Amino acid sequence: MGSLILLHPDDNIFICAVPIGAGTLVEIDGSACCVATDVPVGHKVARRPLRAGDKVLRYGIAIGTMTADAMPGDHVHRHNLASDYIPSHDRAVLRAGESEQ
Amino acid sequence: MSNQKSWRGYLRSDGRKGIRNVVLVIYLVECAHHVARQIVTRADDPSVQLAGFPGCYPNSYAYALMERIATHPNVGGALIVSLGCEGFDREGLQATIARSGRPVRTLVIQQAGGTRSGIAEGIAALAEIRQAADAAERVDMDVSDLVVGTICGGSDGTSGITANPAVGRCFDRLVAANATCIFEETGELIGCEQVMAERAVTPELGREIEAAVEKAERYYTVLGYGSFSPGNADGGLTTQEEKSLGAYSKSGDSPISGLIKPGDIPPGPGLYLMDVVPDGEVRFGFPNISDNAEIVEMIASGSHLVLFTTGRGSVVGSAISPVVKICANPETYERMAEDMDVNAGRIMRLEATLDEVGAEIQDKVLAVAAGEQSASEALGHQEFILTYKQFEPVGPACLPRAGGRP
Repeated sequence: MGSLILLHPDDNIFICAVPIGAGTLVEIDGSACCVATDVPVGHKVARRPLRAGDKVLRYGIAIGTMTADAMPGDHVHRHNLASDYIPSHDRAVLRAGESEQ
Repeated sequence: MSNQKSWRGYLRSDGRKGIRNVVLVIYLVECAHHVARQIVTRADDPSVQLAGFPGCYPNSYAYALMERIATHPNVGGALIVSLGCEGFDREGLQATIARSGRPVRTLVIQQAGGTRSGIAEGIAALAEIRQAADAAERVDMDVSDLVVGTICGGSDGTSGITANPAVGRCFDRLVAANATCIFEETGELIGCEQVMAERAVTPELGREIEAAVEKAERYYTVLGYGSFSPGNADGGLTTQEEKSLGAYSKSGDSPISGLIKPGDIPPGPGLYLMDVVPDGEVRFGFPNISDNAEIVEMIASGSHLVLFTTGRGSVVGSAISPVVKICANPETYERMAEDMDVNAGRIMRLEATLDEVGAEIQDKVLAVAAGEQSASEALGHQEFILTYKQFEPVGPACLPRAGGRP
């Protein structure tokens, strides 16, 4: 594995401990996977095949829902993961969400 | 194994046991601060420490917290320093400390004849208090006697990956050994309220936890606090709940036994959430103006020591209870190693696992409880800050195991 941190056994993503360059092969749960894009330190890569609609687990807890599919080793961030948290009582967060789209 | 360790503590009249035997010099208004500080400085004894409240107007929260601070198990006696005309109830505080069996004296600067004679009178009184405090009964103490708090300060992108979840692993070990653990920062737990509610030991407590986080959100909205910044996304955080979970991970995986407010003593072992956001309308500004304000609140609720996670590198310690600092970022650790107790940054370098660092934090907790100085203690840090706030008592659903009474 070498460059990835698993925060909780239930997690379906890893955290990058070092910057990973595009095309780097990493070992994920016994299989070699290609990281297709540059992934900076602190960012997430998929541990398992993820489908749009799947919950992403970090610390064993859902941090949002996939909006696109990802293969093991793929970068998981705002292009394929969205918040489930609909804070109807917090207009500021709602506005921030609208302006991103 | 390390959970079986025991050491000699200080037995107090309420049955609680202390890991330190501090004599506090307590000023009751900023006008008495200089005299109190001079008394502490001239005592030149690391166990004679300064605490105080700066305001002239009385505040029931500050009074209640000062009573808790002055009768904390790590405190063996106190010298109260009053100017003479401030609003703080010095007779009430003196009576509470005396009732607890601790030696206490009050110096009123206006009656003592001013600064010079006040300092002289205070130094003389301090010697008697110290002598009486040193006679405190010693008793065996172990992990199940400990109350441990945790906060984070100077966080960066590594905090939620290394130090915070490692403290969570440590908390799980401590709770399993019947210790009492406290986490807080309801304002930074927005998005975690449902997950926390599911961990509550009763559904009613779960609803109280959700309500506490909703209160925090309303409060911070009035103050104009932003929650998710562009820098968070650059650091790899995608969602609000992900960011909040970084702070939340300090709490570990144990069930949540209760919801307390600053100064409430947890009624038994287990994991407790402290609601630090004031009740009612926004009145006195930011809930906690700096990290030490939160540390003081956890000490007021009985914390014998406080686990402080930092990524960017805080240096603070505290009066009364040792602060143990867990550094999240390996580069910060290399720069500031003398200020840190545990290098959780090794997790980033893949030189240690979360479990290994969690065990190391627990070993450090037990060593410091047994008398070893934490890094901030060795460097002489004794920060203390207490300001104005307003709270209503917790409701009965908040402490299901105690019949609702802290």
